[in-house]
Amino acid sequence: MLVNKGQFTDWLNQLIQVYQVYAPVKEDDYFCFKKINSGDQATLNYTNSKVPPKEVLFPRSEKLFCYRCENDGVQLTEQIDESKKIIVGLRPCDAKSFLLLDGVFNSDKYHDPYYLIRRNNTVLVGLGCNQPAATCFCTSLGGGPFATEGLDLLLVDIGDRYVVEVLTDRGRELLSGMELPAANQEAQEAARIVKEGAALSTQVNLEGLKSKLDVIFYDPIWDLIHEKCLGCAACTYTCPTCHCFDIVDEAEGNEGCRIRNWDACMFPLFTLHGSGHNPRPTGKERFRQRVMHKFKYFVDNFNAIACVGCGRCIINCPVNLDIREVLAEIQGSEVRSDKQ
Amino acid sequence: MKNPYLPLPMRLVKNFVETEDKLIHTFTLEFLNEEDEKSFQYLPGQFAEVSVFGVGEAPFGIASSPTEPGHLKFSVAKVGVVTTTLHQLPEGTILGVRGPLGNNYPIEEFKGKNLVVIGGGFAFTTLRSLITYILHPDHRGDYGELTVIYGARNPGLLLYKDELAEWEKRSDINLVCTIDRPVEGWSGRVGFVPAVTKEVAPSAENAYAVICGPPVMIKFTMPVLEELGFPSERIIMSLENRMKCGIGMCGRCNVGNKYVCKDGPVFTRAQLNQLPNEY
Ligand SMILES: Cc1cc2nc3c(=O)[nH]c(=O)nc-3n(C[C@H](O)[C@H](O)[C@H](O)COP(=O)(O)OP(=O)(O)OC[C@H]3O[C@@H](n4cnc5c(N)ncnc54)[C@H](O)[C@@H]3O)c2cc1C
Ligand code: SF4
Ligand code: SF4
Ligand code: FES
Repeated sequence: MLVNKGQFTDWLNQLIQVYQVYAPVKEDDYFCFKKINSGDQATLNYTNSKVPPKEVLFPRSEKLFCYRCENDGVQLTEQIDESKKIIVGLRPCDAKSFLLLDGVFNSDKYHDPYYLIRRNNTVLVGLGCNQPAATCFCTSLGGGPFATEGLDLLLVDIGDRYVVEVLTDRGRELLSGMELPAANQEAQEAARIVKEGAALSTQVNLEGLKSKLDVIFYDPIWDLIHEKCLGCAACTYTCPTCHCFDIVDEAEGNEGCRIRNWDACMFPLFTLHGSGHNPRPTGKERFRQRVMHKFKYFVDNFNAIACVGCGRCIINCPVNLDIREVLAEIQGSEVRSDKQ
Repeated sequence: MKNPYLPLPMRLVKNFVETEDKLIHTFTLEFLNEEDEKSFQYLPGQFAEVSVFGVGEAPFGIASSPTEPGHLKFSVAKVGVVTTTLHQLPEGTILGVRGPLGNNYPIEEFKGKNLVVIGGGFAFTTLRSLITYILHPDHRGDYGELTVIYGARNPGLLLYKDELAEWEKRSDINLVCTIDRPVEGWSGRVGFVPAVTKEVAPSAENAYAVICGPPVMIKFTMPVLEELGFPSERIIMSLENRMKCGIGMCGRCNVGNKYVCKDGPVFTRAQLNQLPNEY
């Protein structure tokens, strides 16, 4: 189907009447997914958002419940967000990250209602990448600038119009109020050219990486790899697949709320025991954990790499520590027996 | 969808100073709602997240046994924000408890076997749960000989002194308490847990060893158990990695691809041998 850009803004305005609509919005020098109140706030000509749209389903900070202590009991009020949402203009890599997070928040034993209810109520309208950034490497991870996995609709920008690919019933329903023409041959041809032109400049070779990581835990390579890392956690905070969090209480008098906030394995206190013992005492163990979690442990547990190649950890790292180079170094390292 | 983050309300009915140095208190909690008590089905070895509303949550091993219905017990060392507040709470305070969380000691596998339970310091809490469970008349017949080796720095630091005295008198448990250095009035053994384990030399024949204590104690007891012939599949340990969610989501407590909160905290030595030593 075909929609011109002016019409698209009107469509967003319509949707805002029914849904909470989140779209990339320019803030200072970067883009973030924000709730918009009118269609023209959405800025779809962006390369990559600073913070991934993960924060729509798993906010940086959210109330789990509030409480009021009384003499003979406590009153708890769950803070579950059941509103209907749409994320518009998210990139295919970010859509894929939701599929990975689903596994974490929906385990065999426990279900996280905060994430899962939002997830169920959210429609994903993707936007293909005409010009991937130099830091993107999604194709190495089975994705691509126009990959459709996890999306309900995909928009392909062909200049003054979008070609809309309908991927699910949910996506089709969303368009039901709009009388859209089918994409004619000229538009289809334009879309094909755009897709073909979206060349990624980097590839990462992942062949054999897992079997290497299986035996590399005690390898001296980690002493070198982590050396320039500052432990600032910019990489983890901006990663669409990272999901670590902390839980704290905020209270005044006998009332308060329990809140969860994003946290990161790159911080020294993350694993500090009450006894003072810390199983990951230095930057080396913490950096190793980040790499191992994404490229080995997650594969062991979910049969998928917890990286979608969005490149945010590369762009946002203050010391240019590049995960692609780290993986290449590991790839190139000699295989040693994994003995301490 | 059941919300795993919502604590069940409980009343603190006893805040008991357990040790001479006053650093360990034992808390007895009662459920406010009968349905909660019924739904809270646990086994020895499991833990729970205890909420002090307004301050936060912390995980503690459950010290009571399911054979002691009506309440839960936790023995808590004062180390930080939540634990210090807990120590100061008046009886009657409403607390929250989430759980039971984690796996339990393999009590089914233990059936028909002899058990050697080794504890050090205040990590004795979940071992108390296990021992109380096995000593219960409904269960005692299912298990063979029960040997308990329990060490503390000095007699004043032993937990559950009244119960130790009772166990001492029973013939269906062989209790060996030890302290680090001789003190006046102490008639029990003197010496560190690894050395005492060597002296007592419990037979590994048809037996499991369950061990819980500070890392140094475990480190030096392990070779003794191996010498005695305990295979690593029959050495049971429990880990205490820092936790928040307790349900495998916050990403904090993993050792390799296992989450201590969900796949543990109880592991066999053999399982741990397969994992990196980040604990
Ligand atoms: C499965 C399991 C079972 C357990 N069972 C028991 C039990 O039965 N009994 C028991 O007593 N304990 C038990 N623990 C340990 C217990 O959970 C911790 O002692 C408790 O969580 C500490 O909570 P807290 O809020 O008092 O400490 P926190 O205030 O969180 O402090 C913990 C540690 O972190 C340090 N710290 C925290 N914040 C900072 C900061 N900003 N800067 C520097 N350092 C900081 C503190 O100095 C302290 O060393 C168990 C743990 C687990 C995982
Ligand atoms: S590890 Fe880096 S490239 Fe991979 S998904 Fe996370 S931020 Fe993107
Ligand atoms: S962003 Fe770079 S410096 Fe900061 S923690 Fe990540 S790798 Fe280290
Ligand atoms: S405590 Fe959150 S993952 Fe284990």
